Amino acid sequence: MKWQFSNDAPIYAQLIAQIKVGIVSGAFPPGERLPSVRDLATEAGVNPNTMQRALTELERDGLVYSQRTAGRFVTEDQTMIDAAKRGLAEGHIQMFLAAMRRLGYGKEDILNLLRQENEKEETTHGDFDM
Amino acid sequence: MAILTCKGLSKRFGGTQALDQVDITIEPGRIVGLLGPNGSGKTTLIKLANGLLTPSEGEIRICGLVPGKESHACVSYLPERTAIPTWMSVTQLLDFYQDFYADFRRDAAEEMLAHLNIPPKQRIKQMSKGTREKVQLIMVMSRSAKLYLLDEPIGGVDPATRDYILSTIIGNYNPDAAVVISTHLIADVEKVLDDVVFINQGRIMLQASVDQIREEKGMSVDALFREVFKC
Repeated sequence: MKWQFSNDAPIYAQLIAQIKVGIVSGAFPPGERLPSVRDLATEAGVNPNTMQRALTELERDGLVYSQRTAGRFVTEDQTMIDAAKRGLAEGHIQMFLAAMRRLGYGKEDILNLLRQENEKEETTHGDFDM
Repeated sequence: MAILTCKGLSKRFGGTQALDQVDITIEPGRIVGLLGPNGSGKTTLIKLANGLLTPSEGEIRICGLVPGKESHACVSYLPERTAIPTWMSVTQLLDFYQDFYADFRRDAAEEMLAHLNIPPKQRIKQMSKGTREKVQLIMVMSRSAKLYLLDEPIGGVDPATRDYILSTIIGNYNPDAAVVISTHLIADVEKVLDDVVFINQGRIMLQASVDQIREEKGMSVDALFREVFKC
């Protein structure tokens, strides 16, 4: 997993978001054991206490759970993972909408632009994901 | 018990006030950045903590002890300048540390050196500056100390070496020990730190956790530092 950090938000919050992406995208599959705090911290290049804090909050939300001696695991509850995915998507959409509004686009204009972009992509790549 | 406490700590060199009424407490398990411009008193504070200097006023305690023979046994110090004997080979240096420090984890040091492909027979003087810095840091972090004092561990080395040094500090994290890193290269160390102490002209300007600063000010510690110390 590739870790990246911006300068404007707390590091623990960015860790939470990136681990969520890892879970949603399958980099950390459901039911799988997470690396130890120290290994995750070393990999991400962050303070171990900050990583601990992020994992504790993810645990409180239920996306990961710990088993006393065995370590921490990703939830097997697909509904919960889907909800997290939805939450991340909404976050991206809100950021996108805010940026578009700053450029002066209204709701209809934004939807039209999205439709046009989609058609363009369909003719060039035939896939929205490309 | 706190690892490091300073109360009203002051140090004068002739007419120069190097440290002025410094109060700091550092708890176990914390990685603390001592951040300030050149000449702000960072090195003076570190040298007081390892007994290389004595206070003009106030007190400093390491695990409750006045810096001295007993506290030295639990303090691992990385000086600003390379201080390991350059004529030694890696093996000789390992022997040297093992003789000197009861808490030296030779196997840990050997593992880290092997990971960097540093041959045991190589002499320190044959190494590049970056390699010397890495070797010295490995020695310092291989002790099971209570307090690690790292004076400018990432100054003057390339970004890849910086990353290596920082990940070595994280990899050797011990919840019972504290790490103090003095530097002015804040953007590089910020993510590794729990807390930061801003120091200027011998005075503590700010003590806070990294995420507290980011949460309350909406900016990185690096950005805040640039604002506070704007020339």
